[in-house]
Amino acid sequence: MSAQSLPAKEKSRISQLIQGLLIGLVFGFLLQKGGVTKYDVIAGQLLLRDFTVIKVMLSAVLVGMAGIYTMKGLGWVELYPKSGSLGMNVIGGLIFGVGFAILGYCPGTIAGAVGNGSMDALVGGVAGIMAGSGLFAALYPWLNEGVLKWGFYGKVTLPQLFKVGERKMVLIAAAAILVVLAVLEVARL
Amino acid sequence: MDYLKEIRWSPYVVGAGIGVLSWLSFLISRKPIACSTAFAKASGMIEKMIRGDMVDSKPYYQKVKLVIDWQWMLVTGIVFGSLFSALLSGDFHLQLVPALWASRFGTGAVKRILAALLGGICLGFGARWADGCTSGHGISGTMQLALSSWISATCFFVGGIVTARLLFRF
Repeated sequence: MSAQSLPAKEKSRISQLIQGLLIGLVFGFLLQKGGVTKYDVIAGQLLLRDFTVIKVMLSAVLVGMAGIYTMKGLGWVELYPKSGSLGMNVIGGLIFGVGFAILGYCPGTIAGAVGNGSMDALVGGVAGIMAGSGLFAALYPWLNEGVLKWGFYGKVTLPQLFKVGERKMVLIAAAAILVVLAVLEVARL
Repeated sequence: MDYLKEIRWSPYVVGAGIGVLSWLSFLISRKPIACSTAFAKASGMIEKMIRGDMVDSKPYYQKVKLVIDWQWMLVTGIVFGSLFSALLSGDFHLQLVPALWASRFGTGAVKRILAALLGGICLGFGARWADGCTSGHGISGTMQLALSSWISATCFFVGGIVTARLLFRF
């Protein structure tokens, strides 16, 4: 069957898959160049000896935020803030953090670690992440009736929460990120 | 082109690059960059191979459909993008026990694999519980100024820093 005869829905699905692959290729390339596909760099960050991870993340957030809020203002993009609750984000976040420190990779960087040749990531880590995800899926009906609903706040964003304009909130967040990065540089961390 | 062959780039160049990549992801694919749901799908797909189609009817897989999608391909892309970068710079190393781990826990491979498995279980379980990981919440969610993501990202690092301190005891 030639590409022209594929139904429109199937074509758009294939196009989405190719876009995902291309974005992933660039993302993986950048993660490896940043050194964050390595256990020593991630564990070094959690031990507060090496601040590479925080520098990469905060500069990504700074540049990304400026761009997506500008494009949102122009009507080019929509935002997709995730719904949440204290029960989800605090408890889930802390469990994630424990795993983050023991494993020394996160779901994105572990894929990069596999590409970088780290076999502990492939043999132990990827299998573990899939097992943990499956365990959650099994417990989901029960958790969803209780703890995941505690302290529900939904898809609220910081400008909505603090009742300030989006532009002002973006400037405040950008200034805060720049201060943190400046402190890290001054302290030679 | 020599720049592409360097082993490390400045973290600010890498971060800015990821920021620009996020613009493209919002603009072209209409999605924020995220990774951890792909592992949940892979897990469900394997379970489905073993236990059959009834797995699709689990409430969680009604919410997170067991199909290969944009994000699944993104995670696949990360593996090959990283491999390409490492091969270009000669920074590809087959390794089972990382140096920092070995300095604290020794060079035993079995110990490291078991720890990675246990850590992975917590990481995967926590990512589903919080509905996101270091990319979906930590980068894409915080840049959208989502409250859920700022709280999650803070807790990822609080949990991680405390656990790392306990593991390395110093």
